[in-house]
Amino acid sequence: MDHDQQQESAHAPARRREMTRRQFLSYTLGGAGAFMVGGTILPMIRFAIDPLLAEKQQGEFVKVIEASKVTSEPQPVEFEVFTVDGWHESKRKMRAFVARGDDGRIYALSPVCKHLGCTVDWATHDPNEFFCPCHGARYTRDGEVLAVARGPLDEYEVREENGWVYLGSLKPNSRV
Amino acid sequence: MFKAIYNWIDERLDITPMWRDIADHEVPEHVNPAHHFSAFVYCFGGLTFFFTVIQILSGMFLTMYYVPDIQNAYYSVDYLQHQVAFGGIVRGLHHWGASLVIVMMFLHALRVFFTGSYKHPREMNWVVGMLLFFVMLGLGFTGYLLPWDNKAYFATKVGIEIASTIPWIGDDIKMLLQGGDTPGAVTLARFFAIHVFFLPGALLTLLAVHFYMIRKQGISGPL
Repeated sequence: MDHDQQQESAHAPARRREMTRRQFLSYTLGGAGAFMVGGTILPMIRFAIDPLLAEKQQGEFVKVIEASKVTSEPQPVEFEVFTVDGWHESKRKMRAFVARGDDGRIYALSPVCKHLGCTVDWATHDPNEFFCPCHGARYTRDGEVLAVARGPLDEYEVREENGWVYLGSLKPNSRV
Repeated sequence: MFKAIYNWIDERLDITPMWRDIADHEVPEHVNPAHHFSAFVYCFGGLTFFFTVIQILSGMFLTMYYVPDIQNAYYSVDYLQHQVAFGGIVRGLHHWGASLVIVMMFLHALRVFFTGSYKHPREMNWVVGMLLFFVMLGLGFTGYLLPWDNKAYFATKVGIEIASTIPWIGDDIKMLLQGGDTPGAVTLARFFAIHVFFLPGALLTLLAVHFYMIRKQGISGPL
């Protein structure tokens, strides 16, 4: 207890529990300072983390191939998706492997390897497997992982309309 | 908790005297508005620094979205202003702060002039202050071009034309600023480089010298 506080408690015991002038001033100045710093910094932080909080772009369905041409053998199809990347708008070239499963339903796999994002190809290594040239990841016809990668290949949303196959956005593999 | 961390560091690096050297010093009566209200004129130097800090911070955040390229500069500014959360505020801070920093610096210079604080032994600090003034004007000039809209383009064109009227070396200065025959892609790239690397570097160096000399020489006496 410093000298001032001793004086105060000795002469004014009834006011002992009140806030001291020094405390009041430091809380007020600290509060005002924190408000000013926060008011300046918080908008900038929100500005910087906007990509984290921005709403995901909804993928549209794109016509890729006639349903009658899809066989049990996965075949590559290429299509373009309109993408907005910040201020840059473009048609991004996409690739998918389309095949008809044993249940007769058409499915489409993403060629992006689930190991580290290289691109897989069908039947380049083994006639019945997807193979990734980067680190030798292998997948079955349904995209189930056989080696190296940690999960199955992603799948595109598929819609069949008037004899055509349409692909939508990516989703986790539902076949394995 | 914080006290314990502070003590742990202080025990090893002895940082308390450092803090005392930087911030804990007497404010003479004649510069303390609590004693003489008119002493608020002594705040303008600090306010200039305050706005400078805001300029540096908001500028750093703006470069997260801005690109210095004639095809994309305008669209990136449009995007960060209208699509990114608080973009209008962060860009607004930089926009209005740029004007305010010049105003505060001008008022600070007026105060130093009319209190005669530039006189012996503080002549060098006046000179450094003037250099800071020109660096700030340079930052304003180079930053003005970056949004790459019509106002930016023609203001820069006019500015460069003014610089080119300097006898003998005018044309060379014009070429140096423009980087080509017309204000264009190269101009934008080099104005960006000057705005975010060269001038801020010079600014921080000069500020360090400015502050060191104030601390070394102290605040000038009352009128």
